[in-house]
Amino acid sequence: MLTRPPYDVVVVGAGVVGAACAYYATLAGLSVAVVDRGPVAGGTTGAGEGNLLVSDKEPGPELDLALLSTRLWGELAAEPGAAFGGEAGRGTGGGFGERIEYEAKGGLVVASGEPGMAALRAFAEGQRAAGVEAVEIAGERLYELEPHLAPGPAGGVHYPQDAQVQPALAAAHLLRAARSAGAELRLGETVTAVRTRPDGSVLGVTTDRGQIDVPAVVNAAGTWGGELARLAGVALPVLPRRGFVLVTEPLPRIVRHKVYAADYVADVASGSAALQTSAVVEGTPAGPVLIGASRERVGFDRTLSVEVLRRLAVQAAALFPVLAEVAVQRAYRGFRPYLPDHLPAIGADARLPGLYHACGHEGAGIGLAPATGLLISRQLTGKQPELDLSPFRADRFARS
Amino acid sequence: MPTSPSDHPNRPEAGERAVSEVYDLAVVGAGPAGLAAAVTAAGLGLRCALLDAGPRPGGQYYRHPAPGLGAVHPERLHHGWAAFAALSSRLKVHTAAGRITYLTGHQVWTAERGEIWRLHATLGPEVGAHAVVRARTVLLATGAYERQLPFPGWTLPGVVTAGGAQAMLKSGLVLPGRRVVVAGSGPLLLAAASSLVSAGATVPAVVEATSYLHYAKGLPTLAANPAKLAEGAGHGATLLRHGVRLRRSSAVVEAHGTERVTAVTVARLDRDWRPVPGSERRIACDALAVGHGLLPQIELATELGARTRETPDGSVALAVDSGMRTSLAGLWAAGETCGVGGADLALAEGELAARVIAGRPVPPALRARRERRRAFAELMAAAHRPGPAWTEWLRPDTDVCRCEEVPAARIREAVEELGAGDARTVKLLTRAGMGWCQGRMCGPAVACLSGDDRPRADSRPLACPVPLAQLAGPEPS
Ligand SMILES: Cc1cc2nc3c(=O)[nH]c(=O)nc-3n(C[C@H](O)[C@H](O)[C@H](O)COP(=O)(O)OP(=O)(O)OC[C@H]3O[C@@H](n4cnc5c(N)ncnc54)[C@H](O)[C@@H]3O)c2cc1C
Ligand SMILES: Cc1cc2nc3c(=O)[nH]c(=O)nc-3n(C[C@H](O)[C@H](O)[C@H](O)COP(=O)(O)OP(=O)(O)OC[C@H]3O[C@@H](n4cnc5c(N)ncnc54)[C@H](O)[C@@H]3O)c2cc1C
Repeated sequence: MLTRPPYDVVVVGAGVVGAACAYYATLAGLSVAVVDRGPVAGGTTGAGEGNLLVSDKEPGPELDLALLSTRLWGELAAEPGAAFGGEAGRGTGGGFGERIEYEAKGGLVVASGEPGMAALRAFAEGQRAAGVEAVEIAGERLYELEPHLAPGPAGGVHYPQDAQVQPALAAAHLLRAARSAGAELRLGETVTAVRTRPDGSVLGVTTDRGQIDVPAVVNAAGTWGGELARLAGVALPVLPRRGFVLVTEPLPRIVRHKVYAADYVADVASGSAALQTSAVVEGTPAGPVLIGASRERVGFDRTLSVEVLRRLAVQAAALFPVLAEVAVQRAYRGFRPYLPDHLPAIGADARLPGLYHACGHEGAGIGLAPATGLLISRQLTGKQPELDLSPFRADRFARS
Repeated sequence: MPTSPSDHPNRPEAGERAVSEVYDLAVVGAGPAGLAAAVTAAGLGLRCALLDAGPRPGGQYYRHPAPGLGAVHPERLHHGWAAFAALSSRLKVHTAAGRITYLTGHQVWTAERGEIWRLHATLGPEVGAHAVVRARTVLLATGAYERQLPFPGWTLPGVVTAGGAQAMLKSGLVLPGRRVVVAGSGPLLLAAASSLVSAGATVPAVVEATSYLHYAKGLPTLAANPAKLAEGAGHGATLLRHGVRLRRSSAVVEAHGTERVTAVTVARLDRDWRPVPGSERRIACDALAVGHGLLPQIELATELGARTRETPDGSVALAVDSGMRTSLAGLWAAGETCGVGGADLALAEGELAARVIAGRPVPPALRARRERRRAFAELMAAAHRPGPAWTEWLRPDTDVCRCEEVPAARIREAVEELGAGDARTVKLLTRAGMGWCQGRMCGPAVACLSGDDRPRADSRPLACPVPLAQLAGPEPS
């Protein structure tokens, strides 16, 4: 007997990317199930920070994605709580932006010396041409933006579009909205196989609880996206890139923007497995200052590294000397989903009809989640995506 | 915390030889387990470092007034004071002979594994107050902290933990109040109540959540631990003499008062610890000492991936073999870190571990003593495991996490509407457990409310807060 599959699409992964995919797909009228082996935000989404940055991205496909996402985060944040996803008005109250602790606080990149400032100026010039708002700030005027900054930087660039959210809340509230619009959330369920038809297209998934027949599967498995791809019989080289974050004791607002040194951009773009640190310092609504984050490829090694903490602490204190006087209350680590060219895999996999990828966002998955979700929903419903998805094709690695 | 320079007779100046040497054994924690281990190991020829966050040896059990308080008879508040006095004098002898370097005021925030282990300790807020101790083997004897279960009113002034009340008495000789209700579950309640009445407080009631009927299941184990029974009986006799009533199968379900606690409501409980409607009665008091047993403090080991086990009281302890080895090469554990079990067990385990580390045979009598005590501890643990329905004491507005002021309703919302299924996700979505105590206070309650019935070790990459300047500083050599 032929029965209609219960869902149009199964999203594997309840991190921020899976949540955004589910949200936009549900909004587009699809019937969606989200399957995760753990709780909501139990993967990297619950182990990182929530910077939504355009400032660290050079012109190119990732920046286009970031600009689209920045706009979408702003729109989401402006949703009034009560109107957003039916009953969501109960409980904590406030609009969506308030619930996910959205803050459009802007970023500030500082250059210590004149050569660094020249490079930063050129970088910002290129970004401006691509649509980024970037305002050069002379050295002596930096203190108007950040009164506690160490003396001496040559100058900086202010990026008003940089913002932040609390990632776990963002994922949870996107999923809550999707659920109240009909999506189903299946937690504690592990996808163990992706089944295909004789013609090579997706037939469904197998989980530890049974089989789900479904014509479309979205791989939003983050750092484990390579494993999920393998279950479907295709290659996708997602690797973990470890990061540590330091969290200080709660402080009065001494850091107003997201502040980092200009070398950060070089670290982000590096392909080296070796340790890179360049502290991004930011305050949070709850008071603690976050200092993150290191980047190194050491597999899934969870052990605390004293050397990494040392470097982050040194860099943070170099930017804000007052931080030397505070206590670090805790530290945590996470594993970014890294692809060798630093671009995520987004969109239909030409090798396996019905399989869509939405993973490999490395250190920018929170920022890039809404754009990813929107683009995937466009493809799922046969509409023209807002951006050209070819730079994000999953089979780009196989070709080389 | 250090109180005066004289509290640190043996603290070497940073950079001194003692700190840069590689010890045969570093013991973290100078409670009964750590003390017994250090003096035994030193006696067997090992060079030892003994680190403790506090200013004096003794840990939770052998707490005693700071010398400046001029207490003449600290032993009156202690059972087993003679054993402690013996350990202390052995410690002095070994310290003087250079076999033990006793490092007070050293709080270890992380351990790095290797052929040579490195323990990073903070000594206080000053920039240079950072020490690194190197050793070929490490024994973790960091003890336990108190399990707390929230109820309406538990954050009122005058509500203290049972252990806190005991500690105030033992080390400061002060009473938390004049009329003190003692409540919760576990053998500590009797000990705390008996100390309180001995020190002159009135204890209108000792309120114990279990029925004690569980004990009957383990009669042979009980019979094999006469000392433990005698200790219990000793507390019991003291309480009887002072006319203190023990109410079993009951709990304090609310503390009343505005400025300070003025009364509590006690209710009878069913087997699952659900309050029996209509059984409530009010008891006037000016303090409440409440405790639900202890939880092993093991993050230094679990952060390195050491294997754990679930104990019968629903806590997580380090898994050790019969030689007190953890699953990590070079790391041993003894005392409460292996499961809460009292001072005698801690002493036996410390000594046993030291012998194994030194490569010496373990006397059968020592092994037998340890096994007997461990069996007893497991029995007690099973009897005092919190019943699943204790959460019915909570009202929606009861703060579960007092550091971040997160009420029960917010936690339930995170579970029911936001998809949190474990304590970690609840923490991410509500901030419960993100405050200064790092979830030590609300962890068990949050886990329970999240519906996660398998207790697991909390993640705490830093065992305690560390001044940023110390993280940033060059490593002391
Ligand atoms: C220290 C650090 C700092 C960071 N800072 C930032 C920042 O400031 N800004 C920013 O934008 N990004 C930041 N990131 C990166 C960001 O956290 C990630 O890019 C993002 O969380 C990825 O989200 P995701 O949904 O793809 O993956 P995840 O959140 O990891 O979700 C994947 C989910 O898939 C589930 N899953 C995997 N396999 C299966 C299976 N077989 N069956 C069922 N479920 C499965 C997992 O359980 C998991 O929940 C940071 C990361 C780290 C580590
Ligand atoms: C109020 C109270 C009453 C008790 N009454 C009795 C009783 O009547 N009978 C009985 O048998 N038992 C009793 N106990 C239990 C007894 O105290 C413990 O069983 C015993 O102290 C356990 O010894 P331990 O060495 O394992 O740990 P502890 O005595 O807890 O010692 C641990 C030590 O480690 C140190 N430490 C912890 N973390 C670090 C770190 N990161 N860095 C450096 N140092 C660290 C602490 O400062 C502490 O000194 C009682 C406990 C309490 C709290």
